[in-house]
Amino acid sequence: MLKSLLVRRFWSAFMSVVAALCAGLAATVLALIVVFVVTRGAKALNWAFFTKLPMPVGMEGGGVANAIVGSGEIILMASLAAVPIGVIAGIYLALFGRGRLAASVRFFSDVLTGMPSIAIGVFAYALVVLPIGKFSALSASVALAVIMLPIVVRTTEEAVRLVPSTIREGALALGLPAWKATMIVTVPSARPGIVTGTLLAVARVAGESAPLLFTAFGSQFWAKTVFGPTAALPLLIFNYAISPYPDWQQIAWGCAFVLVVLVFALNLIARLAFSSQIHAR
Amino acid sequence: MRGTHDVEEAVLAQATNLGPPPYLTSAGSMSQETVELASATASKVQRTPHVRSSPLGDRIFSILLYAAAWIVLAVVVALFLVLLKAAIPAIQATGIKPLLSQVWSPNDGQFGVLSFVYGTLVTSIIALVVAGPIGIGAALFLAELAPRRLATPVAMLVELLAAVPSVVYGVWGLFALAPFMRVYIEPALAKTFGFLPLFQGPIYGVGMLTGGIILAIMVVPTVAAISRDVFEAVPNEQREGMLALGATKWEMLTKAVLPYARSGVLGALVLGVGRALGEAMAVVMVIGNKPAIAASLFAPGYTMASVLANEFSEATGKVYISMLIEIGLLLFVVSLIVNVVARLLVWSVSRRVGR
Repeated sequence: MLKSLLVRRFWSAFMSVVAALCAGLAATVLALIVVFVVTRGAKALNWAFFTKLPMPVGMEGGGVANAIVGSGEIILMASLAAVPIGVIAGIYLALFGRGRLAASVRFFSDVLTGMPSIAIGVFAYALVVLPIGKFSALSASVALAVIMLPIVVRTTEEAVRLVPSTIREGALALGLPAWKATMIVTVPSARPGIVTGTLLAVARVAGESAPLLFTAFGSQFWAKTVFGPTAALPLLIFNYAISPYPDWQQIAWGCAFVLVVLVFALNLIARLAFSSQIHAR
Repeated sequence: MRGTHDVEEAVLAQATNLGPPPYLTSAGSMSQETVELASATASKVQRTPHVRSSPLGDRIFSILLYAAAWIVLAVVVALFLVLLKAAIPAIQATGIKPLLSQVWSPNDGQFGVLSFVYGTLVTSIIALVVAGPIGIGAALFLAELAPRRLATPVAMLVELLAAVPSVVYGVWGLFALAPFMRVYIEPALAKTFGFLPLFQGPIYGVGMLTGGIILAIMVVPTVAAISRDVFEAVPNEQREGMLALGATKWEMLTKAVLPYARSGVLGALVLGVGRALGEAMAVVMVIGNKPAIAASLFAPGYTMASVLANEFSEATGKVYISMLIEIGLLLFVVSLIVNVVARLLVWSVSRRVGR
């Protein structure tokens, strides 16, 4: 270490500033995106935006009500499939999760988290759309359920682990069978964490558009059944943003605004729910 | 240092024990004991007859638990098998030709995928080169340098960046980033580094460089969040020892903290690449969607994910659709390998702790 202390101190201070700039840069980009989406998107919002069907190009007014409902419908169906299975698998991992099966479930649910959502969309297409011969909300739900599953599994596992084992042992010592001890003692104590996991999973898939492209496909009308093409917010953003019509681009910004607000709100609520479990300990 | 090796082992063990975030480790070590206790108790309960135990209920319960666990595994296997089955018509029709050709012209039955592979590689490398240092720098700042009061809100902002839907990144990239690149960044690059073939040729704003940048923005939070968790787990003795030896703060970070956090940071980078590889929506809107291999980063390109996003819903003909599914399969397999490598990287460390 032949460099003088002065040089080394200067270098240290300099690199600290560089690191701070890195963090600042990341935060600035977020601010830029949010400001851009808010300033452009807020203009598109009005009552009709939330209540009316899309209008053809060139017509004034219209809204994205069918996309909002379609998104909700797809996410609800996906949650109905993914949340129960995910929660039960998470309980398994937390309470009984030793050995090779548990290790593989953990490993592959983490790996599944990193899978490209568009490949999962292709999977849903090949599994549901090809046999039925038609794009559908159902196939979109299949894709989103696959994306949600590992998130619910791992957060449930974490949440159930945070429950002190003494509570459970107390229940077992009182003579409760294991399933009752789990369902009426352990799981309720872990509820905030499980809710967090579910909300995070919903937040994640609410913004997914890649797997919807060739499953839900999109539609200008109300979807009458879950077996037909359905509009969805993220999909509509994509289709309208790349269209050459300023009207449609404007609507895309509005949807982007709604989506960002929704996703941020879900994330914040999820955080609050989880910290309530941690503080309750 | 006395017994350097032992000290290192011990510290590394400790570092990695707390190290990677719980969702990365095989078993979140903080609650290991709890879990073992719980499961030990549970298995005892199941084996010994109890006055009020209801064996039937427990049996159903355990069947349910195992079924759910198996479903998770089955989903992964099903993903692969379903994609493979649907890709078979294309594999039968074209063999391995697509992997050797870069001509993508579905109407003439030309299905060369090399340009997509190239585009995916180039954009992911750009994303890694840009996001790696920034993400690690941000993580160092948030975990080590910033005062708590500043670190907490900034860390939350960075995590929210990860929650922004990719299609929103795409819209922003299309309307804000691409024009900015066209007017400011790319001309400046062409002027300064124009002697390199990478920065030559016409400037459109949309292209592989812009695609790489938007991916970098999306990857930064992944790298930063995981690296930060890893840094925070490095034991304080390491920092104190380094400082006591007279190191400056930065020397402490580069010579004590970073070496211990090495594998975790590497895992974070690999996971970041995994995210970049498979990202479709943001890229498809800013990369230009042209199936060609060009030396210039300004040139429009195509990635495996973006060709799926752009062409799948309009594809007609059995072989064409099946070929796109084959690209999906390829993407799935590549991501699978990348993710497995990332996880094994982190696992190799956590297993050392167990010993």
